[in-house]
Amino acid sequence: MLYYILRRILYAVPIALGVSIVCFSLVYLAPGDPLQTLLPDDTPPEAVAELKAKYGFDRPVPMQYLFWLGNVLTGDFGTSIGTGRPVIEEIGRALSNTLLLGACAVAVAFTLAIIIGGVGGYLHGKVSDKVVTSIAIFGVSVPNYWLGIILVIVFAVELNLLPAVGMGKSGSQGFGLDLESLKYLILPTITLALVPLGIIARTVRASVAEVLGHEFVQTLRAKGLSERGVLRHVVKNAAAPVLAVMGLQFGHLIGGSIVVETVFSWPGTGFLLNNAILRRDVPILQGTILVLALMFVLTNLLVDLLQTTLDPRIRRA
Amino acid sequence: MTDSTLPLARIEIERSAAVERGYWRSVLGRLRHDPTTLVCLGLLALIVLAVVFAPLLAPHDPYATGISRRLKPIGTAGYPLGTDELGRCILSRILYGGRISLFMGTFPVAVAFVIGGALGIVAGFYGGRVNMAIMRVMDVFYAFPSVLLAVGVSGALGGGMVNGVVSLILIFIPPICRIAESSTTQVRNLDFVEAARASGAGAWPILRTHVLGNVLAPIMIYASGLVSVSIVIASGLSFLGLGVRPPEPDWGLMLSTLRPAIYVQPWVAAMPGVAIFIVSMCFNLVSDGLRSAMDVKM
Repeated sequence: MLYYILRRILYAVPIALGVSIVCFSLVYLAPGDPLQTLLPDDTPPEAVAELKAKYGFDRPVPMQYLFWLGNVLTGDFGTSIGTGRPVIEEIGRALSNTLLLGACAVAVAFTLAIIIGGVGGYLHGKVSDKVVTSIAIFGVSVPNYWLGIILVIVFAVELNLLPAVGMGKSGSQGFGLDLESLKYLILPTITLALVPLGIIARTVRASVAEVLGHEFVQTLRAKGLSERGVLRHVVKNAAAPVLAVMGLQFGHLIGGSIVVETVFSWPGTGFLLNNAILRRDVPILQGTILVLALMFVLTNLLVDLLQTTLDPRIRRA
Repeated sequence: MTDSTLPLARIEIERSAAVERGYWRSVLGRLRHDPTTLVCLGLLALIVLAVVFAPLLAPHDPYATGISRRLKPIGTAGYPLGTDELGRCILSRILYGGRISLFMGTFPVAVAFVIGGALGIVAGFYGGRVNMAIMRVMDVFYAFPSVLLAVGVSGALGGGMVNGVVSLILIFIPPICRIAESSTTQVRNLDFVEAARASGAGAWPILRTHVLGNVLAPIMIYASGLVSVSIVIASGLSFLGLGVRPPEPDWGLMLSTLRPAIYVQPWVAAMPGVAIFIVSMCFNLVSDGLRSAMDVKM
């Protein structure tokens, strides 16, 4: 087991390095000289030369990458063009808001998906199949930016029940666990949760139905085990494939949060990213994408390890 | 091969052709009993026709603005779906916008199908170091959530339709490549490929006659499921200001520019999204239907 864990962690290192190379290259994708895109047009030439030396832009590209990587590893992601503040500060503030929204969406999506999919799989009939499949098809087809707008139209504009945008009157600083603040969370959470909800519910249903069809379940029942005891075995066996899909869906949540945060003006990483794109603030763009992608790599690593603990057969593969 | 074996070989070929015809007939037969897929196919055909003949069907010029008729509600005379913030006809813009959306849905997937499919088949067929080199690079791109990568690449490239297409192609290559690689690896290890190799067939004839025929269907079915994803992400990029530029009638861009109007004409503002949703759902259901009709397991 320890050998497997070490091997899996070692495998994540080159992936993380590859991710960093892609993020580093983003600056070079931008039209024009990379430094030119980072600086205002009226920067004096001597300042440009000084910055070139400071950020290593006067060196060959592979050296520049190592220089940049060294900076990133010590927490220096550069400075935002828009605000002049360090990128890491900007990302840190936004990331906490994204994580709050993401955690709520994960909780809602995963809980409901397990309930809907589990019941659907347990009943294993045509009707439950149709219901779960419809939710899944709706989830994968609906553009979440449009769903967000529809929810705002219904609950904020027409019914006037919930706030349309933002995190409250005093922004993220004034956000607390009171009812008034939580109201701002409801619509973005539902919007973000619906897509993964459908897909996970479908997997849970298929997985539970498949395990219930195995002979060992018949044996357990024949031995006179209570239905609760049977369920415990089913859950344990159905969990591994469900976990794999949950890990993937976490990535979709990160991607989805970019548009959903923009729809709801939620001051998270997606909102930050969108503003960075509008201002052509490449350091913020690069830093945010790196942090979010690394989070996804880390989640996949954790999911893999969890899966192995649940299903030791994977270790041997 | 002696002369006496030739007729036998011909019988084998004829029989396999009959089996082939039988397969496609059974696929069609299964499709005929799948009303959902048929309805969606019909709807998509209608949408494609409406979009192609947009100049004949659209009641107005999609670019014609008019300050006096800004934000008219649904059902206004002459403007069945109302007007936008500049007084342009929503129905006309949705009809013309379908051209961009359908293009953004199919073109990037088609290009990624060719590139990703070729890379995956090569990786799966040759195995070893070639496989290692191709698949590890794909793993890196796979490590990005797709929307994040698309936003990052088109954000860095600087918006516009061409850059949007490039970023979409880039995010679809890795998943298509993975499916192509795993299907090819499976086929490569089957007995008939071994037999062909043992009889002295070269790599290219084996690829052409034995591998391609068996792996193209699953790759194509998988890629068809990506069309709806491509439409949704492409409109999402336009919604974020990264795709098509104004005043082009793109569904995502229309949703974005109409957003401030949700307090004045909420349901008019939601219309472009209805179009994205219907088209994306139809493509999803058709892809699902084709998958079960062709009995492709992934």
